[in-house]
Amino acid sequence: MENIVIIGNGIAGVTAARHIRKLSDKRITLISAETDYFFSRTALMYVYMGHMKFEHTQPYENGFWKKNRIELVKGFVTQVIPEDKKVSLDGGKSIFYDKLIIATGSKPNKFGWPGQDLDGVQGLYSKQDLDLLEQNAPNNKVCKRAVIVGGGLIGIELAEMLRTRDIPVTFLVREDSFWNGILPSGESQMINEHIVEHHIDLRLSSSLKEIVSDENGRVKSIIVEETGEEIPCDLVGLTAGVTPNIDFLKDSGIELGRGVKVNRFLETNSKDIYAIGDCAEQHKAIGNRRPVEAVWYTGRMMGETVAQTICGNKIPYNPGHWFNSAKFLDIEYQTYGWVFSERRKKAEEVHFHWRHPKEKICITIAFHKDSKELLGINTFGIRLRHEIFDRWLTEKRNVEYVLEHLMDANFDPEFYKTYENDIVNQFNSDFGKSIHSKKKSLKRIFQFA
Amino acid sequence: MSTYDKSMALTGQPPKSLSTSQKLATLTGVTGLGIMLLAIFNVSFPNKTLWLSISLSALFAGILWFSWDAYSQKLPGIKNDGVWFKSISNRGFWAWVAGLSLTGFYIILYFYPEYLGLVSDGDNKGVIGLFDPLSKALSGNPASQWFVYGTLYTVAILAFGIKFLWKYRHNRYEKLRTWSVMFFQTAFAFIIPELMARLNGDKILNGGSLPYYDLKNVWPLNYYNFESYRIKGFLSSGDIGFALLVFGILSIFVITPILTYKYGKRWYCSWVCGCGGLAETAGDSFRQLSDKSTFAWKVERWVVHSVVVFVTLMTTAVVYSYLGTDTSKYWLTKSSFLIGVAVLLTLVFVWVMLFKRDQLQKDAQYGAIGYFVIIMALLGMHFFSGDGNVFLFKSETLRKSYSFLIGSIFSGVIGTGFYPIFGSRVWCRFGCPMAAILGFQQRLFSRFRITTNGGQCISCGNCSTYCEMGIDVRAYAQKGENIVRASCVGCGICSAVCPRGVLKLENGPLEGRIDSNQVLLGNDVDLMTLVNQK
Repeated sequence: MENIVIIGNGIAGVTAARHIRKLSDKRITLISAETDYFFSRTALMYVYMGHMKFEHTQPYENGFWKKNRIELVKGFVTQVIPEDKKVSLDGGKSIFYDKLIIATGSKPNKFGWPGQDLDGVQGLYSKQDLDLLEQNAPNNKVCKRAVIVGGGLIGIELAEMLRTRDIPVTFLVREDSFWNGILPSGESQMINEHIVEHHIDLRLSSSLKEIVSDENGRVKSIIVEETGEEIPCDLVGLTAGVTPNIDFLKDSGIELGRGVKVNRFLETNSKDIYAIGDCAEQHKAIGNRRPVEAVWYTGRMMGETVAQTICGNKIPYNPGHWFNSAKFLDIEYQTYGWVFSERRKKAEEVHFHWRHPKEKICITIAFHKDSKELLGINTFGIRLRHEIFDRWLTEKRNVEYVLEHLMDANFDPEFYKTYENDIVNQFNSDFGKSIHSKKKSLKRIFQFA
Repeated sequence: MSTYDKSMALTGQPPKSLSTSQKLATLTGVTGLGIMLLAIFNVSFPNKTLWLSISLSALFAGILWFSWDAYSQKLPGIKNDGVWFKSISNRGFWAWVAGLSLTGFYIILYFYPEYLGLVSDGDNKGVIGLFDPLSKALSGNPASQWFVYGTLYTVAILAFGIKFLWKYRHNRYEKLRTWSVMFFQTAFAFIIPELMARLNGDKILNGGSLPYYDLKNVWPLNYYNFESYRIKGFLSSGDIGFALLVFGILSIFVITPILTYKYGKRWYCSWVCGCGGLAETAGDSFRQLSDKSTFAWKVERWVVHSVVVFVTLMTTAVVYSYLGTDTSKYWLTKSSFLIGVAVLLTLVFVWVMLFKRDQLQKDAQYGAIGYFVIIMALLGMHFFSGDGNVFLFKSETLRKSYSFLIGSIFSGVIGTGFYPIFGSRVWCRFGCPMAAILGFQQRLFSRFRITTNGGQCISCGNCSTYCEMGIDVRAYAQKGENIVRASCVGCGICSAVCPRGVLKLENGPLEGRIDSNQVLLGNDVDLMTLVNQK
């Protein structure tokens, strides 16, 4: 029986394992050094915040793996030897494979800052990082101030986490507005305000110069590059993005770039070895996507795809319309299609932006200057129906159609206040149109006769 | 991990520590309870009206003050910080103290009301005596243990309801729902029945007297509604009494099915019902304690449906016992009643087996067939033997055991007493026959579902953790499937706590409601077609 070995029990590796099991009877071995069982990485923050216990972040009961004959191996892979079709674990154990899937995810970026390896300096990615944080910042007596370096999704999550224990947080963001490499300025500005509202000391246009050690090799303070200011602190959170976790593959002969190089079939240059999830790097970016996609959803999609290929139905990784979501403190964010920041958008991408006069709610719709075709939408504080936007993007609807039917796409809980009329009014005044918002129609939404 | 501190200290590090205000608020609330406790030990209060007012106000004020301090300084949003660190909400020391106290209270309430000061032939003493002035003001009668319980119950729903309104002030669904349970508890369960009691003996009721009737309490939750003494009460009270009896019958056979078809069982369980009302307000701090295991789910399905069978048999036997045999006296006789019950159950059974069989799992089908055969056999045995006892047992024995086991022990002692240990909806999930009947319909014939938003789920587990009914919501959401579960009471908290906007409670077409396909996870359409091939 063919033995499929998967390195990494994150969403990509586990999705691959589950789908291979659905499609076949192959032997499946899932190796992880991180945890005994699969957990949701995106939920780690809630464990520190006390919303959940760690066991709640595990989507499957512990008996699931045995029942589905997925063999779990706890161990750290030190080496992959494609010639022998073998992986070596620390402790000297080896496992032979017929097909190997590399799904080892990412690790936090460290850019060579002085002091980046001191005690009290850490990233936030793995279960181990969570445990470490519990030691470094159990409360505001041990951790009197934390400094977070890097204004992205993990940075703001870490800030939110620390604030639940009343730990003062200074948040260094290199850009002049939060996450504005990704978000258009209106949205980015709103999040700035929200961060400050949560009593987080937000420092824009500020980067880290160095981390200063005390006599015991623990962080004592940090120094800001731009101002030279020294900020005393007991924790430094390094959250300036992640990078594929592939060091153990250096001498394996598998082609590496930033990540493990793969083709559209998620195959590496080495026969019978595949790479999926955060650690995989496409030779050529797909559409507007980046070659390395460190996103939960893409990990899952690649897992589904590679399972088909391994089970004899070779198909390329062909993701549908881009979507993503996040939560910035209390504000939910969803995006469908592509809305680029001012820094990255092309000339033909026009934005329509609406923001609620008081609440922290806004949307941005991107459309093509000439054809008016919908390119994408960002919403903050309004939930949208994935299926509807996916459909509209496929049907290449124009922006006026989208605005007219916006109520169909609303996914907020029942009885919520809706803002479609305000949004449409502002669109009309911005672009000199006279569109009317159409009533929500169950027929259109669910497409029944 | 070190933070799962089960120490008995009320204070600690944020977020589990109490502020000074919260400590004072706790003291205020406990003072209110303390006055009642003193009354239980027969400390006699000179001015009962005054002391009762002080006691209830202190209780109310303590809860409100505590909650105001907890939420007023925070921005609107999800407020679950530290839930699993706090002793009271993580089965710690204070949870056990609260659980055992509540359980003890229920045991005394149900079985030893004399310790609360109930005196059947004279003036009440103790805490029941303390409540006499309020009871007399409402119904004109002295208080009973049930009046004391009803008052405290209402205070709990109102005070913790306001807490809930602050906690979820960003969420209109939660706010409306909570206003609704607060209203139904105060008006329908508490005030109206007391005022109705004033009509007893009045000529508007032809001199009859109505049984105590909380109008929103539908059979079989209100399992005693068709007992002999109540039927006599209804029928002796003129047109109004007759109308109420008809309303009681229509409630379960007409009104409930229509509303459940349109909105799912939530219209009752989390908008109207008193048990649900308490669970959603006072029980909100314990919702995360429900058991999410598949084992618990299996137990739940057998237990709750067995209760339905039990209550059906019991009620049939009870009604049977007081009906006559002579058709010339009254059109409904023992025989025609039994035939009616058999026909109704057969119709339901045949409908399910013919049209909905594919939606039931194998064991559910066996269960349905098994129970159907048993009921029919029992009905048949009676019918052909002509024995005075129905179903081998005396109807009175059945009634008493149901009232003791289900009515008192299950719904009260375990259901509410163990809130801090098993979570807030143990009764609703494992015991309530009303919930089971509504759930049965919700699963098979209702427009309600929780829609999963395409591929947006990140499997974080907040939805499952905070589901008070122990539904593993995430198991569906992460596959892109809608959640259509019999037990879902539609509280909407899964949708509220979801950080990615994945879940929406809504009513839509029946067609495609239960979609067992893995839909739109973001991958391309051709692949999804493959994934869904079975």
